Amino acid sequence: MATDMREVYAQTLISLAAENPNICVLEADLMGATGTKVFKEKFPAQFINVGVAEANLVGVASGLSSEGKIPFAATFGTFASRRAFDQFFLSANYAKLNVKLVGTDPGVTAQFNGGTHMPFEDTGMMRLIPGLTIVEPCDTVSCEQLIRLAAQHPGSMYIRLHRKGSQKLYDENAAFTLGKGMVLREGTDVTLIASGFVMVPEALKAAEILKEEGIDAAVIDMHTVKPLDEELVLSYAKKTGAIVTCENHQVTGGLGGAVAEYLSSEYPVPVSRIGAQDVFGQVGTLDFLMKEYQLLASDIAQAARAVIKKKH
Amino acid sequence: MDQAHAQKLKDIARDVRVLALSSMGYLGVGHVGGAMSVVDILTYLYYSEMHIDPNNPRDEQRDRLVLSKGHAGPALYAVLARKGFFPIEWLDTLNVGGTHLPSHCDRNQTPGIDMTTGSLGQGLSAAVGIALAMRMDGRKRYTFAIIGDGESQEGQNWEAAMCASQYGLDNLIAFTDYNKMQIDGTISDVMELEDLSARWAAFGWHVQKIDGHDFEAIEEAIEKAKQASGKPSMIILDTIKGKGCSFAEGKISSHNMPISQEQLDEALAALTEVK
Repeated sequence: MATDMREVYAQTLISLAAENPNICVLEADLMGATGTKVFKEKFPAQFINVGVAEANLVGVASGLSSEGKIPFAATFGTFASRRAFDQFFLSANYAKLNVKLVGTDPGVTAQFNGGTHMPFEDTGMMRLIPGLTIVEPCDTVSCEQLIRLAAQHPGSMYIRLHRKGSQKLYDENAAFTLGKGMVLREGTDVTLIASGFVMVPEALKAAEILKEEGIDAAVIDMHTVKPLDEELVLSYAKKTGAIVTCENHQVTGGLGGAVAEYLSSEYPVPVSRIGAQDVFGQVGTLDFLMKEYQLLASDIAQAARAVIKKKH
Repeated sequence: MDQAHAQKLKDIARDVRVLALSSMGYLGVGHVGGAMSVVDILTYLYYSEMHIDPNNPRDEQRDRLVLSKGHAGPALYAVLARKGFFPIEWLDTLNVGGTHLPSHCDRNQTPGIDMTTGSLGQGLSAAVGIALAMRMDGRKRYTFAIIGDGESQEGQNWEAAMCASQYGLDNLIAFTDYNKMQIDGTISDVMELEDLSARWAAFGWHVQKIDGHDFEAIEEAIEKAKQASGKPSMIILDTIKGKGCSFAEGKISSHNMPISQEQLDEALAALTEVK
């Protein structure tokens, strides 16, 4: 298994580029961080580094796309969203082009880069772009599969990519579809809907904690935050009657917002949202930040107990 | 350029001004100033320079144009309609609900538009991406881009300028429509751009400054730009805002202005009188 998620990103792009010369990789002086130097060495003509210029990063990617290229452009999630939002909104999406924008270091994983570099709002901002597909892989298998699906998908995407460290939650043969969540664990009392590298394992751990208390929790990996797998959310809302969303992001605008918005009109059940509660990021170790923003399995378990009590 | 060709281009440009003004006059409002100032460069490009096929707007072997100052769309629409990219009657639908001709250029709405623009400062980056793609694919065609002078205050242009220079994009030829006016006043009063030539040169571009309403000068400058091996080219067009439109020429207020029927009639009459 790869040591880092970014290795999976780079190696998957190398594999894709070997079959398709239209695959391009763009960086804004974070090639080292994203781990795409290996791509540059293999396919120098399909690699572009624009320097510290994220607006231009997305603009150039849009121009490449208008000529049929499939650009994967990466930078930290803060810059991908906040810094280049209008470029991604207009030059890429309004223009109906095919730009895969990769925002790395989601939420607390920015760690020592701190509040300036800690994207708790990127998914929420991106959800406001009409028709955009947003994915967040949680392990090496889903990362490779979602990058491959992104290359095939005929439209722009935002890919929220964890960089350092790796884990494997799926077996190699797991089959992914954009917009279709994966049920990792069946349950009848409450459903934990999680996204991303940090939160999916915490949700699984929370289910174990709850199991010891006799609470049967289902766990869903909602790797595609937009379009939301409404069918799956509805069926588990009906089945379990209570939902906890778990995201390494503000509780507004992202996964929790999407689930709550959908259920409020279709099938209102109590929804508790784990994530940053209208606060900025800060520096710290991952352990410190997980505790600080109440993202731990124990926090999820506590939210599950509370939300179950609110069931109709 | 022989006299006959220069005269032909002048006649076409006058015709384009009539079409563009009529188009904006239909709803009685429009970005008259900045549309009129680019009519001559657009006329030259589409009638004397670019390889394009109105019957195949996305022909891979065409030259590309990014009109980054997307609000000048009506001038480009008039040229495209006259070239036969779409029926000339469409010009009367500018900004009408459901139209193919929105105020700002949209590559998905209008045949012949290569890039969606409108949020100023974004077009040059897209043009850099297009030029890079053309080079990757070995296509020997040019990417042209037109940016505004007020638009040049957007920082993204200078990110794109560095990038084009770094990648030695000699298949990219950009123009600045330097009419010296922006919404809130003259360029000098709001945010000075001088020495504009020196600024582009400092970013590693081959730079020329010419009369943007002189077809012979435009022709000569584009030929020189094509000789500038290994460098992107900037041709600064010394232009007059509202050029050729009696009620808008030289007026700061012409950026986006109401157009009365009387003004329109008078402007069209003046244009058709001048032979």
